[in-house]
Amino acid sequence: MIQIINLHKSFKNKPVLKGVNLEIYDGETVTIMGGSGQGKTVLLKNIIGLMKPDKGKIIIDGIDITTADKKTLHNVQKKFGYLFQGSALFDSMTVYENIAFGLRHMKLSAAEIKERVKLYLSYVGLEGIENMYPSELSGGMKKRVALARAVAYSPQYILYDEPTTGLDPQTAETITDLIMSLQKKLNVTSIVVTHDLKAALKVSQRIAFLYNGEIIDIEQPDKLLNTSNLFLREFVTSALINQTNYN
Amino acid sequence: MKKILFSLGQYLLLAYDCLLSLFTRNFEREVLLQQIYEIGVKSTPVCLMTSAAVGMVLALQTGMASISVLNEPAYIGTVVTFSLIKELGPMLTAVVLVGRIGAAITAEIGTMRVTEQIDAMYTLGTDPIKYLLVPRILGFTIVLPILTMLSDIVGIVAGGIMSYLRFDIPSTTYISDSLDYLSINDFFHGLIKAIIFGIVVSTIACYKGFYTEGGAEGVGKATTSCVVTSIVFLLIGDYFLSSLLISLGIG
Ligand SMILES: Nc1ncnc2c1ncn2[C@@H]1O[C@H](COP(=O)(O)OP(=O)(O)OP(=O)(O)O)[C@@H](O)[C@H]1O
Ligand SMILES: [Mg+2]
Repeated sequence: MIQIINLHKSFKNKPVLKGVNLEIYDGETVTIMGGSGQGKTVLLKNIIGLMKPDKGKIIIDGIDITTADKKTLHNVQKKFGYLFQGSALFDSMTVYENIAFGLRHMKLSAAEIKERVKLYLSYVGLEGIENMYPSELSGGMKKRVALARAVAYSPQYILYDEPTTGLDPQTAETITDLIMSLQKKLNVTSIVVTHDLKAALKVSQRIAFLYNGEIIDIEQPDKLLNTSNLFLREFVTSALINQTNYN
Repeated sequence: MKKILFSLGQYLLLAYDCLLSLFTRNFEREVLLQQIYEIGVKSTPVCLMTSAAVGMVLALQTGMASISVLNEPAYIGTVVTFSLIKELGPMLTAVVLVGRIGAAITAEIGTMRVTEQIDAMYTLGTDPIKYLLVPRILGFTIVLPILTMLSDIVGIVAGGIMSYLRFDIPSTTYISDSLDYLSINDFFHGLIKAIIFGIVVSTIACYKGFYTEGGAEGVGKATTSCVVTSIVFLLIGDYFLSSLLISLGIG
């Protein structure tokens, strides 16, 4: 379980998170939505310990990682998979080496690693690109390789930072299905940051809205469409209009 | 001033972290071997070329100077050998490696930092200090003394050839001039310097890369700063290090 308690984070006196409270239960998928620059990425990075908050607690399975020592933090981080918004593939390594990098600690044989890399590449629809370098891939392909890398070692928690942004609708659908099947098959707990309302409604049990440095509302998908919160209604309506325009 | 102190503290903490992971855990042996190979292969030709040129110009200048003082060329071997082994060998090799390898380390690690690859490493369960920094620092610190010794030899031989061609000094004279006054301590003087230069310069390169911020421009700035800081340290630190070693009776 992930508990975020009164989380504050600012950069050079510019507050970004101003008291975020959020609990994510085991096995559920929570989507975080919010405008650009509202601090969604910053929130994810705080959860996984890549950034230190100024104030507040982040408790993961009972361990407060904001005060934990390096080794404890490291062990907690091993439970996580993280899909970076910008992919963050190792550009000196091939696709194969990138995905295999996360498997180094799993005590698998070389053949098993190979098998697994192949399997996860097929999950994201990219068979046979093992020997290519990130610089030879398109943006959408990078994103999918990064996704394969983030989930290949079966982490207990997965944080997705905009998994479907920049993908065509069909591939986006595949990725959404992958996220759902990971949750169903492996009982993974996920946090998804996305602007894609359709995907959010499909994958998540709850949708949280980050606005002005706080989580202003959490709703179940089916209740979202007739929410009483005026601001949310506006957000949802414009998102829906946008989506119909695209499709 | 506050900024300098902060940087120094940050640098020392990082160096301490590197030291810890060197002792507490088995680091990445494969990456280390690859680093040694790469650093060695990349830098040997340019190091040997510079030291040959330095050996030759030292021989030439010493010969000319002693002609104007003593009317004949004398002690060329002694001057060339002492200068190279105690001073110029470690210094020049370190300077060449800063330009050739140190800058590359900062640029590579800095790029990984600004493109979040360092963060990605943490999330994939690998400590980038262990995986990236320690093998580079170790590799650099192992290669620098070896290259220094090779450079010393090449420079001394080149000086000998120069004194034969220009001043007709027979090789036996040159060799006895070179070795007669030399003690094992002089050799250690140079070696210890090379090792310390290696440790400090490679940790500076890693430090500058590891704390890079501000995109491509930041990587450029960090790389320049790595080269400038390293060379300033080498020149100033060399003086203090030499004085210290001499006061300890080493060379
Ligand atoms: N390392 C940093 N240094 C300084 N400011 C930062 C840093 N990271 C983020 N910020 C600031 O924090 C704010 C939130 O950024 P964040 O990347 O979390 O937005 P976001 O909600 O993920 O937006 P998007 O949907 O566009 O990805 C931004 O105003 C940004 O300028
Ligand atoms: Mg973001």
